[in-house]
Amino acid sequence: MIRAESFDPLDPRIEVGKWVDSTFDWLTDTFEPVLNFISDGLSTGYDSLSSALRDPSLAMMIVLFALLGWLACSQLDNLRSLPAAGRGAIVVVAGAVGAGAHVLTTDLEAPFLGMIAAFALLGWFVRSWLFGLFTVVAFYLVAAMGQWDRAMQTLSLVLIAAAIATILAIPLGVWAAKSPTVSQVVRPVLDFMQTMPAMVYLIPTLIAFGIGVVPGMISTVIFAMPPGVRFTELAIRQVDSEVVEAGQAFGSPPFRILRQIQLPLALPTIMAGINQVIMLALSMVVLAAMVGASGLGLEVVAGLQGLQVPRGVEAGLAVVVLAIYLDRVVAALADRAPVVRASRVRD
Amino acid sequence: MAAVRAEGLYKVFGRRADVAVRQLKEGASRDDVAKLGATAAVIDASFEVQPGEIFVVMGLSGSGKSTLIRMLNGLWEATDGHVYIDGMDIANISDARLRQVRKEKISMVFQHFALLPHRTVVQNAAYALDIQGVDKEERLTRAQEALELVGLRGWEDKYPSQLSGGMKQRVGLARALAAGSDIMLMDEAFSALDPLIRREMQDQLVQLQSSLNKTIIFITHDLNEAMRLGDRIAVMRDGRIVQIGTAEEVLNDPANDYVAQFVADVDRTRVLTAANVMEPAQYVVNAEAGPREAQHTMRERQASAAFAVGRRDRKLHGVVHDKDVVNAVKRGDQSIAAIIDPNVGSVHQDTYLADLFAPSAESPLPLAVIDDEKRLVGVVPRVTLLSAMASFVEVIHTGEHPPVNTGSPEDAENEPTPDEVVVVPPRGGTA
Repeated sequence: MIRAESFDPLDPRIEVGKWVDSTFDWLTDTFEPVLNFISDGLSTGYDSLSSALRDPSLAMMIVLFALLGWLACSQLDNLRSLPAAGRGAIVVVAGAVGAGAHVLTTDLEAPFLGMIAAFALLGWFVRSWLFGLFTVVAFYLVAAMGQWDRAMQTLSLVLIAAAIATILAIPLGVWAAKSPTVSQVVRPVLDFMQTMPAMVYLIPTLIAFGIGVVPGMISTVIFAMPPGVRFTELAIRQVDSEVVEAGQAFGSPPFRILRQIQLPLALPTIMAGINQVIMLALSMVVLAAMVGASGLGLEVVAGLQGLQVPRGVEAGLAVVVLAIYLDRVVAALADRAPVVRASRVRD
Repeated sequence: MAAVRAEGLYKVFGRRADVAVRQLKEGASRDDVAKLGATAAVIDASFEVQPGEIFVVMGLSGSGKSTLIRMLNGLWEATDGHVYIDGMDIANISDARLRQVRKEKISMVFQHFALLPHRTVVQNAAYALDIQGVDKEERLTRAQEALELVGLRGWEDKYPSQLSGGMKQRVGLARALAAGSDIMLMDEAFSALDPLIRREMQDQLVQLQSSLNKTIIFITHDLNEAMRLGDRIAVMRDGRIVQIGTAEEVLNDPANDYVAQFVADVDRTRVLTAANVMEPAQYVVNAEAGPREAQHTMRERQASAAFAVGRRDRKLHGVVHDKDVVNAVKRGDQSIAAIIDPNVGSVHQDTYLADLFAPSAESPLPLAVIDDEKRLVGVVPRVTLLSAMASFVEVIHTGEHPPVNTGSPEDAENEPTPDEVVVVPPRGGTA
């Protein structure tokens, strides 16, 4: 509190930090059940995803490969023309391959091989066989450096944080695009979120959620979200106003215009925003390790503290591999947006 | 009942719009209210459009015509005034009700086509029906029919990016037609197309209109287009409608100097028809008459030739020449039927002046003007045609602007940017 008698204008001291701290204390006390719920949910999600990626179960491998089979049918040109029965058969065979891969890799006690295969196939189907090949080499290198388990932990953290950031960012971006007031309010908040040194977020989240992956994840969400909001707002605003008018002129209600016109036309730009979100989330990984998130970040921090170059470099390289993989996959997905595809069709 | 009726429409952008409207009603000018920080886009627009009519609103860019058309389907809310669609005031209805009106009664065609790039041609054409909730099979069938109407059979599964500008706008037109509404708003629909395609689209629209009989409100900055399409034309300037009338009324009886200057550059030979300049036929003989009667008539009129028309039906049979008549009299023929020369230069009364020059040059006699039933309704002597042209030139030389564009209208329309205007805007004070 500012008390007039104790405030010396010539030697000013306004204790912003203390106010924030006391407000924050009040918030954590008042909303403890909510915070616990969030914390439990996030850590459960993280634990199950990271253990699934490190040591996939039989069921998961079957589902994963069946999904890849379905993806192949929709993405590869020579499979797309197959009749429904043929595509169904491919999905079934892919599921069986997944089961086989699980049995084989469990036998060899090398579950990472099955996952590398899955990542490589995904890379092939959304991008090219060359990228699939790159994925095999790069991910095998990660495993060979002894970083596989940590890389999967980091990947889990990044995926969950980026997913939450995206889920929050897109509706907020749409709202900001529709309402100038919201846009004006949101913009400085986003500036604040992006320019505040990311490490600062760790302090209150650490107090609120305790040591572990959750404070890192929440800090990552806060730090990574702004480009998602900005890109979405920009993307919606950039949609040709005449096309939106066409929707209105034929009597389409606003939500339907959003769904049928604005979002599809804005999708490539929104995807670019999601790409940014993921990259920022990856860049937070090391910081998250400082409050106890396991994964590659922790290895980098340990390398720094022990001045061990090899440890730091190996973990750092694994982060780079993840970044390249995620970036290329998301970019390829953006390229497969219906609008982009339709604009490329030539007889 | 009028299909569309606008009554005292105002659209003012910016702050204090209502104050601006009040001042405008009290006689303030557009510049006066600009001091309030308000931009008056449309000022006191009133008109009625009858069912089946093509009503063209024309004006320069910034004259408020696009704003006006967007008030007619409520895309922009009028600041003041009323719009009645089939008698219903759409200014004061709920959003849901307004959407209903748009679905059922009004469709729209856009300057830059406004197609959905990620949908195929047939899906685009079916868009309005999709919004109306028509089930998939039926809407694709109806979209298909609309595409056939505009000549796009076989293009259903293409994407808009694969189509030329003219074809894209045909899809836009098909989408509006498939919607099944009686009123069509066309906002500079052909302005983004190149001149030849534009002309083709205009012809197609006129042809479609003759069978579909929609109520069309067409916005354009191109006076030639307005003249070609419009049953009636409203000329807008600085947000106000300065004249409403048929093409001929606007041309021949401009409401003020502004309109007069505006229309000065119009290629009148593409607007005025043979019927507008023809004169009564002087040399006419009865086709069933005997040669003596014909000779008498021709001698009286001092004519060397005469048109032979039916006595009762006034149908043009051909032309008789003095020498043949004299010979027939000598031979003692009973009728002139044998000596009527059917090779006579004749034109339909709706032929544009531009298309009269060639036949007129070839024909030794004045051109015969006939109607749908081939009845002789008048003649156009070469001198009449030339003096009609001369009078346009006179108008042009008394005005304070560059010489008339004597080329074809296509040349005049050869403006790549849609917001450019073909006609020359007036300079300075025209009062």
